[in-house]
Amino acid sequence: MSRFILAFRCFFKLLFTGRLPVAAGAYLPGKKDEAKALPEPKKEPADKAEKADKAEKKVAEVKPVIRPTGDLAAHHRDGALALLALLQREGRLVDFLRESLDSYEDADIGVAVRDIHRGCKKVIEEHFVLEAVMPGEEDTRVKVPAGFDPGEVRLIGKISGEPPFTGTLRHHGWRVTEVKLPTLTEGVDRRVLAPAEVEIASA
Amino acid sequence: MSKSKSTTSTFVVGIDLGTTNSALASVDVAGEEAHGVTPRDLVSRSGGDRSGGEKAPPIEHVPIPQVVAPGEVDRRPTLPSFLLLPTALEVPPEAMMLPWSGGAQPGYVVGEMARERGSELPDRLVSSAKSWLSFGGVDRAAAILPWRGAESEDETDEDSGGARVSPVEASARYLAHLRATWDQAHPDAPLGEQEVLLTVPASFDAVARELTVTAARQAGLEKLTLLEEPQAAFYSFLARTGDAWRKQLRPGDVVAVIDVGGGTCDFSLIAVSEQEGNLALERVAVGDHILLGGDNMDLTLAHAVTQKLAADGQKLKSSQYRGLVHACRRAKETLLGDKPPRSATITVLGGGSKIIGGTVKSKIDREEVEKLLVDGFAPVVAADAVPRVQRALGLRELGLPYATDPGVTRHLAAFLARHGRRPTAILFNGGVMKGSLLRRRIAEVVSSWYGGEEVRLLEGTDLDLAVAHGAAYYGMVRRGRGIRIRGGTARAYYIGVESAKPAIPGFAPPVKALCVAPFGMEEGTRVEVPGQELGLLVGEPTEFRFFASSNRKTDRPGQVVDPDEEELQELAPVLADLPAGDRPEAAGQLVPVTLASHVTEIGTLELWSSASDGRGRWKLEYSLREGGGE
Repeated sequence: MSRFILAFRCFFKLLFTGRLPVAAGAYLPGKKDEAKALPEPKKEPADKAEKADKAEKKVAEVKPVIRPTGDLAAHHRDGALALLALLQREGRLVDFLRESLDSYEDADIGVAVRDIHRGCKKVIEEHFVLEAVMPGEEDTRVKVPAGFDPGEVRLIGKISGEPPFTGTLRHHGWRVTEVKLPTLTEGVDRRVLAPAEVEIASA
Repeated sequence: MSKSKSTTSTFVVGIDLGTTNSALASVDVAGEEAHGVTPRDLVSRSGGDRSGGEKAPPIEHVPIPQVVAPGEVDRRPTLPSFLLLPTALEVPPEAMMLPWSGGAQPGYVVGEMARERGSELPDRLVSSAKSWLSFGGVDRAAAILPWRGAESEDETDEDSGGARVSPVEASARYLAHLRATWDQAHPDAPLGEQEVLLTVPASFDAVARELTVTAARQAGLEKLTLLEEPQAAFYSFLARTGDAWRKQLRPGDVVAVIDVGGGTCDFSLIAVSEQEGNLALERVAVGDHILLGGDNMDLTLAHAVTQKLAADGQKLKSSQYRGLVHACRRAKETLLGDKPPRSATITVLGGGSKIIGGTVKSKIDREEVEKLLVDGFAPVVAADAVPRVQRALGLRELGLPYATDPGVTRHLAAFLARHGRRPTAILFNGGVMKGSLLRRRIAEVVSSWYGGEEVRLLEGTDLDLAVAHGAAYYGMVRRGRGIRIRGGTARAYYIGVESAKPAIPGFAPPVKALCVAPFGMEEGTRVEVPGQELGLLVGEPTEFRFFASSNRKTDRPGQVVDPDEEELQELAPVLADLPAGDRPEAAGQLVPVTLASHVTEIGTLELWSSASDGRGRWKLEYSLREGGGE
């Protein structure tokens, strides 16, 4: 729903029922998570929802900009953060990528990478089912049939005429056939990928 | 054809309520009922005990959604049997919410997150609740767990966190979680209405079984039957091999089921015989509850690696210890598995955000693991070996009675010697037994006890999930598909009766033990205890001492034995409360009664007393207060 329509709905719903529409909740100031997901428009709509009951005039001033609602954007953001948190928790990926490798020998890095690889691999294997887009040995001749999907097969080089084409398979591609992401419950700040750890010494 | 009355559920569900992990398996039986096939038909068509005659509906393993991290719910093959009871400062309540709870914040969490976070909050973590259920040294209905939990400042204020629960309540919460996840996935067939087969250790006595049923009822499971875990593992073997088991086993065979879980060891013997041309199975003996398992092995390795690291001048931070135990478990599985490499690397990433800098690395050789784990946990011992009992100190910390001898083979030798049956085959169960080296060693040791004659290994079960799988299969057996293992009660039960003797100052009147339920009493049967009438004190609760024996297999009801016999184990006392209101004339006097026992269809033992004049009948209750002691 565009914010424009939402703003109108806010006005009338508040006027006649004394309540804001559910969708407006995402713009309310208390919801800091959602607000931060939308750095650009965050101030405006929050104010809008608050002041919707004050002046009809202000509603008319809203520019009709179409953007995803706070709910949807926050949902996307939380999904991305949850995956990152998973890779950090199981494979320490964020720690690894944020650490400078300059002062370490390759052997030391190798030892750690085996563990990181095992953890991250587990995350990928448990949550995604992967298959090759074009099964077959790489660097062998393959046929690209007529009616192929250019989104699935990327042709490289000089292409002339109509498919079918014959060429060399350079990369078999990856396709996700199943996504099994965890269910995320409300009320947890997903921006905390890993909490700080403080050990309290027992007296 | 009429539909069977007793089977209105559409699923048969097996639940393995484990000490460290719980699992769920189910069979959809809606199809066969829709076709009007009743269990009776299946029996007659399949000749009573054949499992291969008809195509049985498949048994499916049910993954369990659970909180795996703050605010994150995911499916896992099993539910770790851990309960975390943190304060709001330790884990924010919203982090433990479940998507189906409608925003309710229970203030506790079970499963993976409880186990992982609980390792950092040991004082808030309830673990091994099941072992506490069978431990008579404490009041099992009282809120005593977490056992070592820090005393909270205000014990009465539950909201301040640091709450405690009883072993029954903890078990009920695991079961309630299983029920909630099931109901979520099957809104039309809630678990409370399905036929549920719940497994218990074979070593569970009548009181521990009763408590398990209490927990299940508390969790809303109504149509319930208990099954012994080693039997469930054996049923899983039967289900997996189909009719082929008849070729693997012959009359006269005795199968030792050796079930080594994360924290417990459980043994049973199942005998194969021939009856009217068909093979028959009977569970002839069960062992004691031994608190020894795979977790002990992981800790043993972790201890050895810590010492190695210290010798190398490497130091582990306390935050890395959990990672070390995980790494040791992986090394154990690699080095004890098939085609093991010469050695395994143990890597523990740095505890802080600098992981490469803090990484600790060590190596463990196959020979070391064999020495530590195979020789340590399955030592080569003689047939007459007995577990060592260490009582070095006069004072011992009160808690679960962990086995002091880690030698599984010694416990096994004592078990076999006690029951005098020679096993001809072994069925292993439990994740620990994935290590083929361990399996081979135990088989070799057992074979050496019987002149080196080969002991066959029965294979084909999934060592982690067999118990839930077999429990679901047993549900099918109860519906007439496949062969049933006969067994009945694994113990004989006795009640302590005060002798009528002239009083001697300074001496309590002697107590004799009267057999009230014989060994092998089948489910759904009832026995009257013959012999003299007993006097029951009316108007106030009266306590009887209660004993059990897994060795005395020939005692009949009414038989009197000396309770000081070593073979008799004292259980929690039994309470009788005969109201005096009905018989005002008898207040404070002894009313003549007779005793009867009843093994319910569920698998629990009930004791009843009936007034000889026919004026009333009362159920005797197990008292959960601290056991009578020596």
